Amino acid sequence: MTARGDPLLNPLRVAWLNPRAALVAVLLAVLGLIPLYAALTGDTFAITLFTRVLIMALAAVSLDLIMGYGGMVSFGHAAYLGIGGYAVGILWKEGFASGFVQWPVAIGVAALFALVVGALSLRTRGVYFIMITLAFAQMAYYVAIGLERYGGDDGLTIRTRSQFGGLIDLNNRTLFYYLCFVILLMSIYLVSRIVNSRFGLVIQGSRSNERRMRAIGFPTFRYKLVCFVIAGALCGLAGALLANHTNFISPSMMYWTRSGDLMVMVVLGGMGTPFGPLIGTVTFLLLEEVLSRVTEYPGLVLGPALLLVAIYLHGGIAGLLEGRRNG
Amino acid sequence: MADALLQIGGLTKRFGGVVAADAITLDIPGGEFHAVIGPNGAGKTTLVGLLAGEIAPQGGTIRFDGRDIARLAVFRRCRLGLARSFQITSLFREFSALDNVALAVQAHAGHSFRFWSDARREAALREPAQAALARVGLAARAGVRVDRLSHGEHRELEIAMALATGPRLLLLDEPMAGMGPEESARMVDMLRALKGGITILLIEHDMETVFALADRITVLVYGRVIASGDPAAIRADAAVREAYLGENEGSAQ
Amino acid sequence: MLYFIEQCLNGIQLGMLLFLLAAGLTLIFGIMDLVNLAHGSLYMLGAYFAATFAALTGSFVLGAIMALAASLATGMVLEIIAIRPLYGRSHLDHVLGTFGLLLFFNELVRLIWGPAGMTLSLPSEMLSAVEIIPGVFYPVYRLVIILVTLAVAALLYLLVMRTRLGMLIRAGASNREMVGALGVNIKLLYTLVFGLGAALAGFAGLMQAPILTVQIGMGENILILAFVVIIIGGIGSIRGAFVAAIIVGLIDTLGRAFLPDMLRSVLSNNVAITLAPALSSMLIYMLMAGVLVFRPEGLFPAASK
Repeated sequence: MTARGDPLLNPLRVAWLNPRAALVAVLLAVLGLIPLYAALTGDTFAITLFTRVLIMALAAVSLDLIMGYGGMVSFGHAAYLGIGGYAVGILWKEGFASGFVQWPVAIGVAALFALVVGALSLRTRGVYFIMITLAFAQMAYYVAIGLERYGGDDGLTIRTRSQFGGLIDLNNRTLFYYLCFVILLMSIYLVSRIVNSRFGLVIQGSRSNERRMRAIGFPTFRYKLVCFVIAGALCGLAGALLANHTNFISPSMMYWTRSGDLMVMVVLGGMGTPFGPLIGTVTFLLLEEVLSRVTEYPGLVLGPALLLVAIYLHGGIAGLLEGRRNG
Repeated sequence: MADALLQIGGLTKRFGGVVAADAITLDIPGGEFHAVIGPNGAGKTTLVGLLAGEIAPQGGTIRFDGRDIARLAVFRRCRLGLARSFQITSLFREFSALDNVALAVQAHAGHSFRFWSDARREAALREPAQAALARVGLAARAGVRVDRLSHGEHRELEIAMALATGPRLLLLDEPMAGMGPEESARMVDMLRALKGGITILLIEHDMETVFALADRITVLVYGRVIASGDPAAIRADAAVREAYLGENEGSAQ
Repeated sequence: MLYFIEQCLNGIQLGMLLFLLAAGLTLIFGIMDLVNLAHGSLYMLGAYFAATFAALTGSFVLGAIMALAASLATGMVLEIIAIRPLYGRSHLDHVLGTFGLLLFFNELVRLIWGPAGMTLSLPSEMLSAVEIIPGVFYPVYRLVIILVTLAVAALLYLLVMRTRLGMLIRAGASNREMVGALGVNIKLLYTLVFGLGAALAGFAGLMQAPILTVQIGMGENILILAFVVIIIGGIGSIRGAFVAAIIVGLIDTLGRAFLPDMLRSVLSNNVAITLAPALSSMLIYMLMAGVLVFRPEGLFPAASK
């Protein structure tokens, strides 16, 4: 049964025997065991790769909130990754290595940027909205390039990961992996609660038929804006995690093709579903990884694959699994 | 009329060279069942748009319960108690009938900045929604997805949603559009049941329905009011006959 | 003052390039309702084609002509194979599909031409500078760009305003369904329009090749500017694209040229140095944001619905 918008199927009451649920269960189990695998085989690259997967999945979850459930196709979401990352990097450079300072700031600044961008962009719709969010992300990109003190175009290496004073040592790869995993799961849960709450129904209704929503008395703009801010904040957190993961920030984190990547991850896994973003991210990043090992020109396969997905897979991969009941 | 719930005064709207609403003046007292009829192109759709707030007038006033609403946003008018149904069905297609109506209830049940509890389990939203569905005869179809309902059921759902907002005035835009005779008859019965309790402004095409239900009728032609009064007066009105000559034989007899 | 004039000309020249790109984009969006992220790829291909053919034939002009033809052909083939299935879909599907094409083309170019990029040299006559007003020397080639693009703009105007094809284009831009209902061969019209857009993009690419760059990914940066132009100008409107392109070209160029000094006069040197590049890049986006807030349809909206 498709989870998207189907009132009889609340993600909190998923039927556990359908193929999609099986896939998710297996995926979660595998993800949970990656560090064990890495410890046994000594393959630390696996942890590195999958940590990145977890972090990008978090970003994809945040994008799915506005795009999949809210119908707000934001082409500038990578900006929040960058903002979160730069918050960590800039604070570190200025002597604030504490995660207790960096991470709230990352989330806060990302939320603020989302507030401004949202307030301006949400007045538009359709392709205008797509383009204006794209443009704002490019603005952020150029601002980052202009920040000479923090590396400008070359980026900035962050020598110390966020400090949490003995609570957790982020330099421990395994610990950091599980931290990201837990944060991801908590976020998925949070988003699933949000989308079924009163607030979430307003968001979903606005996606479905905004004119109707206004006609029954909802001031849709303010709800969409709040949703946009929540998504930005969550992605800012992902950015903070990313900066820690790579020990590096650069304007390219925000380049518009990265926003494109995020959109692909969300659509690939099936928009508007709790685990769709995770499925999509895993698929996309693994595909990228595999392709780059198999061929020197991964884009030759990835590109047309994306095109085919756009043409044939309306519901993303999840749609495949469910036999595309809803077209 | 001093106590009219809805007072429209000299309402005007032009689209380029076309005058879609030409100084429309109309008063609707509380509890009245008022119908606005007119041939195609008469400006009925424009009037609905003006009253609902989707179109901005170029001149004239609209007072609802004494308050000037001509510049109020759509959602605010609904909050004041002016609910509308759409001529071309406008629902939340991927959701169930109950979900649709529950949203309408939710819009008037406090703010919706609640992020945690499952709104589909809120009795305060589901029960009134179920009641509204029952009122229009859709109780048994509450759990069905809207895109699986029939056209007639869509029209009924339109009204249920408008009702669920707890309105003081129901603006119904051709509620029976596209309905067969049997379904239309059911809808007429339903509307008759609503009569008297709530003020209704019915925009309609079909003379029979209008004469069966309305307390008063206003006739619109090319954006102007050419006649307004009780059914008998309208029936006898020469200008009305002329406007409808050839349009609708038999029903004006 | 002379520097100002020179920068204005540079701004107009940039505007001309942007116009070529934006005109194609706005046509494609206005008529086929298609968001085309691969438009920058066609721009890139134009440059690569020109560099290749010019090297082969030894003549810049011949190379340019061949590149133009190749761009047109590529555009039309691409439309038939990859773009057609996307018509009528959501804009998100367009974004995804054409994004895939963008990735594909970047890789294809790298496969065929290698990662290093190419150069395209000008014939010697165009290498000099000309004194257009006493005291102001401006490179001949940049003037050529401006003049040739103006000619193209004029031709485009004639095409759109005075030919049957143009009439269909205008009709399609303001009411898509109607054109189809009129029994026009929509498929052919769409292929032609897409091809025209591709040719314009390729033309822009080949024109700027000698003075700017021929490298992978060159289409992406300018594509965004082109989107900004069509939003400011109004989607579907070529006239809007023209005016907006000049505005954007001027603001971007003049901003980058003069803003640092202007900032330095009001702020401390350090702050000015940090802010200036970022602020100059932001100018156009701020303009776009402003237009979207006050006049969302753009300056010269074409669509009536």
